[in-house]
Amino acid sequence: MKQATLSAVAFAHKVVAEAGGLFDILLIGENVSGNAERLRQCGASAVLVADHAQLKHPVSDKYAQVIADVAKERGVTMVVGAASTYSKDILPRAAALLDVGMLSDVIDVSRDGDDFTFKRVMFAGNVIATVKLDGAVKFLTVRAAAFTHSPTGSGSSPVISIRVEADRLPSFIEYEGREAKVTGRPDSTEARVVVSGGRAIKNAADFERLIGGLADALGGAVGSSRALVDAGVTPNSLQVGQTGKIVAPDLYIAVGISGAIQHLAGMKDTKIIVAINKDPEAPIFEVADFGLVGDVYQLVPELVQKLRK
Amino acid sequence: MKILVPLKRVPDPDTRIRIKADGSAVDLDGVKFTVNPFDAIALEEALRIKEKLGDVEVVVATVGGDECVEQLRVGLAMGADRALLVKTTECLDSLAIAKVLAAVYRREQPAFVLMGKQAIDDDSNQVGQMLSALLGIGQATFVSRLELIENNSRARCGRETDGGIETITVKLPAIISSDLRLNEPRYVSLPGIMKARKKPLEEMALVGLGVTVVSRTRVLKLEPPARRKAGVRVKTSDELLDKLQHEAKVI
Repeated sequence: MKQATLSAVAFAHKVVAEAGGLFDILLIGENVSGNAERLRQCGASAVLVADHAQLKHPVSDKYAQVIADVAKERGVTMVVGAASTYSKDILPRAAALLDVGMLSDVIDVSRDGDDFTFKRVMFAGNVIATVKLDGAVKFLTVRAAAFTHSPTGSGSSPVISIRVEADRLPSFIEYEGREAKVTGRPDSTEARVVVSGGRAIKNAADFERLIGGLADALGGAVGSSRALVDAGVTPNSLQVGQTGKIVAPDLYIAVGISGAIQHLAGMKDTKIIVAINKDPEAPIFEVADFGLVGDVYQLVPELVQKLRK
Repeated sequence: MKILVPLKRVPDPDTRIRIKADGSAVDLDGVKFTVNPFDAIALEEALRIKEKLGDVEVVVATVGGDECVEQLRVGLAMGADRALLVKTTECLDSLAIAKVLAAVYRREQPAFVLMGKQAIDDDSNQVGQMLSALLGIGQATFVSRLELIENNSRARCGRETDGGIETITVKLPAIISSDLRLNEPRYVSLPGIMKARKKPLEEMALVGLGVTVVSRTRVLKLEPPARRKAGVRVKTSDELLDKLQHEAKVI
């Protein structure tokens, strides 16, 4: 189960703890009864399952319709997803179908009378806005690192099957496929350690040897700056930044990354940031807890070798 | 064919953002403004389609005050044919903007809409999706590859998702939101700027579109994120590993 899902659940627990009420989990897909079983341990009042062949792929037109219909039918006041590309594609569409507002990248929520106050991230993580969202129903996406605690409950939620009226589903979008590289390394959003490579890394083989090598020595994930994805050295799924993955591991090692505002937006909440760069003036050193100036092609293999001992 | 490209005036992405002492707003004193980078990418894509197909009108539109004319002129200078400013001084949230753009869409009846996936100031990434729902049409978000197919009745789109590039086709008309790698926008040329002066730039009030919108998002205060402690420089890889293990205790 993805960290992202657990964070949305943790958010729900926090709201319910402060304001009372209940939360349901909605699972959409085809042949998802196995996933439904795992979700029963999350402390929801119910796991709602919309299982249908037409929902095999997460196409936004169908999924948004299902979410809007379920939200309306269940009289829901908040709809929450993790701040992932999946939620960002689908939830705003669902919100507008119901003519209700939405807040994205929420990092805090607190009770305020019989309403809520939220904090969300703006300007590439350089501004935290305290906001209110009017209206009886609120859609939200939440940052995974901001909501981590769920009470370990006893008991198991009931599973409720949602009837999917397939002929009522829109069909604007057809799914064709996804290029996904399976690496055997953890995802950067889930790992405790992320080693990330930037412009200094010359090609994919060097990336695997240096960045992959250091990540493996630390049992971590790999990430990348925009420059390497643009150059075709790394796939887009590794990009850390304002419009890529937002990560908050215990340790982030930025190798040959200059530290542009847009990159920092994706990793500023890391506990310990290490920067290795040959330019002593690189902006990354402003956020690094430990900075090492030098040639990454010399220093990274040294680190890998020493760690392996 | 007509392509509608909504764009937003935003602070330059490399601006060091400062917040006013009372937390009421971002301090925009002396800040340079620009076309939202994702919208520039969307406009570039529309212009490339225009160059390829020939009979295409590209219309740029924005919602805001007089200062936004500057960004519309940039759009015209890049090669758009016509510009539209929907004038308002109100600060509108994503759903409100989507409703205004829906009214613009109904007025313009484009073949499809190309717009940036998010504005780099608000970072909401909602307007395109909301707009498509309000209009009852399809959407393709975070697009890094776009191909018009089946006699321009559908678009095949590569979408940048957390799990890799996803390919979908969507029936047109649709709202297509652009991601970073869709293209690299052209620079504005001097001849482009000169030509832009003669292109139509229309201004209209919100009420002229028949829209009344209310922003449901209310910003109470702004603050910077927690400051990180100042870091230290280490001299060798040994020193780094030592500090990570014994001081920071992360390995």
